[in-house]
Amino acid sequence: MGYLSEGIIKAFDLLLTGDPETFSAIWVTLKVTTCSMAASLLLGIPLGFGLGFFEFPGRRFLRTLVDTLLALPTVLIGLLVYALLSQRGPLGHLGLLFTPEAIAIGQTILALPIVVALVATAVEGLERRLRLTVLSLGANRSQLFLTTLFEARFGILTAAVTAYGRVLTEVGISLMVGGNIKWYTRTITTAIALETSKGEFALGMALGLVLLLIAFLVNFTLSYLRRYR
Amino acid sequence: MGTGKALRLGANCDVDVLLVHAPEAEKRFMASGYGLERREVMYNDFVLVGPPQDPAHVRGLPVVAALKRIAQKKALFVSRGDDSGTHKRELSLWQRAGLNPKNFERQGWYWETGQGMLATLRVAAEKGGYTLTDRGTFIRFLASEGKRPRLVVLVSGGDELRNQYSVIVVNPSRCPNVREEYARIFVSWLTSPAVQREIGAFRVLGKRLFVPNARP
Repeated sequence: MGYLSEGIIKAFDLLLTGDPETFSAIWVTLKVTTCSMAASLLLGIPLGFGLGFFEFPGRRFLRTLVDTLLALPTVLIGLLVYALLSQRGPLGHLGLLFTPEAIAIGQTILALPIVVALVATAVEGLERRLRLTVLSLGANRSQLFLTTLFEARFGILTAAVTAYGRVLTEVGISLMVGGNIKWYTRTITTAIALETSKGEFALGMALGLVLLLIAFLVNFTLSYLRRYR
Repeated sequence: MGTGKALRLGANCDVDVLLVHAPEAEKRFMASGYGLERREVMYNDFVLVGPPQDPAHVRGLPVVAALKRIAQKKALFVSRGDDSGTHKRELSLWQRAGLNPKNFERQGWYWETGQGMLATLRVAAEKGGYTLTDRGTFIRFLASEGKRPRLVVLVSGGDELRNQYSVIVVNPSRCPNVREEYARIFVSWLTSPAVQREIGAFRVLGKRLFVPNARP
């Protein structure tokens, strides 16, 4: 109980006194997760929609492939991105390793299958009933398309929330390709890993609570959006 | 684990005996009454490594002068920043150079990884930076680098870079759960002539790593 209560007090202390190291980690976390979420939604919504909406040969196989990618371990993604971005890798000349951009790239790979799979599922769930109704009302093909997209909006929101939870809390990618560099690529999760390895358990606990608080604020905002639409 | 965490575990009564390498912190640990007995076991050395091109021109300089020049040129320096024995030594060397990393850690050329030595060496290698490392980890790093290593030893030798390892028995009068008898067996084993000989003969990838120096 000691570390937990100490951690709660410390969490408030860090936030209320505006601890610069904590706020730097919060800022880096928000920055990279926003980039990776924007990229994965931009790519994932059309892909997921296509996968759920259209019938084409190989669709079932693609679906299984995407579902398999849901199980991609973050350390493997980290390793993959490291190998690509290392000076000795194919994209080494870009100098992206150990930058916030590198973390965002890795997290996009992590979030993309989640967005694609959940959007596809949402569209599939609607599609059959909706298609009949909409077509019987005399809609043309593009109206059917837009109506499906609109009706799938809650499914898309769920996909975004789930993917955000994953990128916000991952540590493998951030540590490996970000490097946990103070004031630069140190995120909340890599800071927790560091404080734990230094034996600063209460501080690690406090940072964990800060992370939960951010997740709560994001979800609170989204549930508000959902209610008033 | 690093020495910082090890000493903390000792102070928390979570362990019986410690093998650590940060003499200053160890002396404070003993002075605070956390330790019963401290004995030197062996030493190796720290080295300052950096890219072969050596952009700040520190090759062959004494380590304190080398650090001053790195700071002056604002050449990338990668620190462990994890409170380990190596990190503590790095900080004490900056102090001897009359510099405090707190003053420049946000200038962009002084990076703290908060990670282990091998991970820190990889960051330095990828980004062409300097770093302070223990020789043992650097030998292992070189083995993974292949024919053209991206980091080479630029500064070595001298008392300032000596890395002394000591063994400490946690004080049973503060921590009743300490198994003093077993801890003492471990200490006398580590410092015995036979084990000291073994330590001196120990090689990593063909290179001798430690000089035993326990007093009998």
